[in-house]
Amino acid sequence: MTAALVLIAVVTLATAAVALSLRNLIHSALLLIASWFGIAAFYLWAGAEFVAFAQVLVYVGAVSMVVLFAVLLTRRSRADTVIAPDSLARAISAVITGVAVFGVLVAAILKSSLGRLSPAGVPALPGGTSVSPVISAPTATVREIGIQLMSTHAAALIIIGILLTVALLGAVILAAQDGPESKQESP
Amino acid sequence: MSLDPLPLCLLFSSALFCLGLIGALARSNTILVLLGIELMLNAANLNFIAFWRYGPATSPATGVMFVMFSIAVAAAEAAVGLALIIAVYRHQKSIRLQEANRLKG
Amino acid sequence: MNLAVIPVAASVSEWSDSFLERLPLFARDWMTSWLPEPWRWLVNSLLSIAVILSVFGLLFAYVTLAERKILGRIQNRPGPNRTPIPFTKLRFFGLAQPFADGVKSLTKEDVVPRGADHLLHFLAPVVLLAFSILTFAVIPYGRHLVPVELNAGVLYFFAAGAATELAVFMAGWASRNKYSLLAAMRALAQLISYELPLLLAWVPVVLVAGTLSTTEIVAAQSGWQFNVIPHWYVFTPWGAAGFAIFMIAALAESNRSPFDLPEAESELIAGHLTEYSGFKYALFFMAEYFGMIALSGMAITLFLGGWHAPSPYLEFIPSYVWFMGKLSVLLLGFIWIRATFPRLRMDQLTRFAWKFLVPLALINLGNAAFWSLSLHWSGPFQILRWLISVLVVVGPFVLLGRKLSAGVAPRVYRYAV
Repeated sequence: MTAALVLIAVVTLATAAVALSLRNLIHSALLLIASWFGIAAFYLWAGAEFVAFAQVLVYVGAVSMVVLFAVLLTRRSRADTVIAPDSLARAISAVITGVAVFGVLVAAILKSSLGRLSPAGVPALPGGTSVSPVISAPTATVREIGIQLMSTHAAALIIIGILLTVALLGAVILAAQDGPESKQESP
Repeated sequence: MSLDPLPLCLLFSSALFCLGLIGALARSNTILVLLGIELMLNAANLNFIAFWRYGPATSPATGVMFVMFSIAVAAAEAAVGLALIIAVYRHQKSIRLQEANRLKG
Repeated sequence: MNLAVIPVAASVSEWSDSFLERLPLFARDWMTSWLPEPWRWLVNSLLSIAVILSVFGLLFAYVTLAERKILGRIQNRPGPNRTPIPFTKLRFFGLAQPFADGVKSLTKEDVVPRGADHLLHFLAPVVLLAFSILTFAVIPYGRHLVPVELNAGVLYFFAAGAATELAVFMAGWASRNKYSLLAAMRALAQLISYELPLLLAWVPVVLVAGTLSTTEIVAAQSGWQFNVIPHWYVFTPWGAAGFAIFMIAALAESNRSPFDLPEAESELIAGHLTEYSGFKYALFFMAEYFGMIALSGMAITLFLGGWHAPSPYLEFIPSYVWFMGKLSVLLLGFIWIRATFPRLRMDQLTRFAWKFLVPLALINLGNAAFWSLSLHWSGPFQILRWLISVLVVVGPFVLLGRKLSAGVAPRVYRYAV
C-alpha cells in the first residue's frame, strides 16, 4: 500500500518538477498533464473513484486543451514556444522561498499528532477526540455523492453553476477580438 | 523512518504545493505561472482527499464534495486566466511578466 | 434440455445459470485452478485483457474488410477479393485481406520528418491507442462478463475517451508542419464540439436508471412489457432521441463519415496524420476503429439493453452472442452511413453540434425527467404520458430544424444521365 503511494508520489513530483523547469512551453504543458494523471492515480489509490474520473475528465480533457490553445495563440512564430532563460537571481530566491515554506510545512506535519498512534495505541487528535487505530476507507458511492449534492449542498451546486457560466462567458468576452474588421476568434 | 499513511500523504501534497510555488515565483512566462498556480490548487485537493481517507470520520462524502467544487472552481479560474493572457498578449505582443509594467513609476 | 416445452421466463434467473452462459467462467477457472489464491486474481485480469485484445483486434480487422466490401457493393463494385489465403491459392471473398494490410503497414518505411519532435511523434499514436483500449474495461459483454466493475463506470468510459483528444494535438504539433497543426486544431474543435452532445445524451439514461454503473444500467433494462416489448431505453421517446443523438455524436467523436474532415484526402492531405507512415498510420486507424467499437458497445449498454435478448423466447441464446449481434448491427449502420452521406464542412459541423444537437439534448433531459416523474400515472394517463413525451421530442426537432434551415434553398439534385 505504502509502496504504491511512494511510487505515485515520486512520479507526480518528478513530472511536475520537470514541467516547471523546461524551456519548451509545449513540453511543460504535456508534462504537467502527466502530473495531473498522477494525481488522479492518487485519488484512485485513496478510494475516491468518482473524484479521480472527474479529475481526468476536467483537467486532462478540458483544462489541458485550454492551456495548449493559449500557448499556441500567444506566440509570434514557431520558435516562440521555446522561451528565453529566466534570471538566475530570481530562480534562486524563488527556490529559497519554496524550500522555506516546505520546511515549515514538514515541521508542522511531523510534529503534530495527526494519524500518529499514541502510546495507548489510539491516535490522539487535538481536542481529545480519538479514532479507532485501523481507519477503514470511507466509501463514497455515486449515489451518496448525488444525494449530498442535491440535498445538503444544493445551494453550493447552483452557485457553482452560476460561477462557471459567468467565468466562461467572461473568458470568451476577454479573449474575443473587438472590432468588426477583424475575424472573430474564441479560445 | 516509518510513517503512517496520513503524514506521508500530507508530505506529498506539501511537496507538490511547494513545487507549484517555486514554479509560480521563478518563471517569468505568464502561462508557466498559471500552471504553477494550478499545481498548487491540485496539491490542496490532494490534502482534502488525504484527510477524507485517513481523518476522523465525518459525514461520508464531505471531502469528496469539497474536492469536486474545488476542481470546478480551478477549471473556471484556469479558463479566465488564460483568456486574460490572450488579451494581454494582444496588447503587448509578448507574455513576459516583466513587460506588463505600464503603470510603473 | 427438453425442447418440447420452452419455458416463458418471467424472470431471467433460470437462464443466468445455463451452461452456455457460464462457459467463459468455467474455461477461465479451469485454466487458473492450479494457481494459488493471490496470483489467481492477477491471471484472471490478464486473461480478460488478452481475450478483449484478441477478440476486438480480430473484430477490427474484419470490420475493415467488411467496410471495404460493403462500400464496394453499395458503389456497385465487388470490393477486395483477390487476396489468397496464405500458402494456398484459394481466394475466398478476400478474407485474408486484413492480414495483407497488416503485413503491408508493418513493412512500410517509417518516415519521420527531420525537424519533428521525435518523442511526441512516437507517443501520439501510442497514447491514442492506449486510451481507446482503456475504454473497453467497463462494458458488460455478457451476463457475467464485465472486465472491471466500477461504481462510476460510465464516467470512467468518457474520461478515458476525453484523454484521446490530447493525442490528436500531439500528432499535429509534433509533425512540424503548419498544415498538420491547423488540421489538428480543426480536429480538436470537432472533437470538443461533439463531446457535449455525447455526454448530454447519456445523462437522461443515468437519471432514469439511478446509477452510473454499467452493469446496473443493463440490469435496469431487463424484463419485457406484455412479454413482447423489451424494457430497453431505446423504445421510449426520450430514449430514441437520446440514442439518435448519441450515435451522431459517436460518429463525430470517432472521425467517421460524414464527419471525417480530419482524415479526408482532399482536406490538407491527411490532416494531422500527414507525416505518419507505415505502422503508426495503421495504429491511428486501429484507434479510430476501436473507438467506434467501444462507443457502439456503450450505446448498446445504455440504450439497447446490453446483453438482454429482445424476447423471452430467445433467451436460450447466450448473452454474449446477443451483445455481439447488436454490435454488428450498429457497426453495419456506421458503414452504411459512410456510404450514403456526403462530408460536412467545418462550419456546418460545428453549427450542427452547437445549435442543433445541444439544445435537443437538453430538452431530452427534461423529457426524461418528466418520464421518470410520471412513472406511476395510471391507466389512460399512460397514453397521455407517451403523447407528451413524443411531442416534446418531435416538436423542438421540427421547429429547430425549420428555423436553422430557413433561408437555405431546397436542395436540387441533378444526376448525370
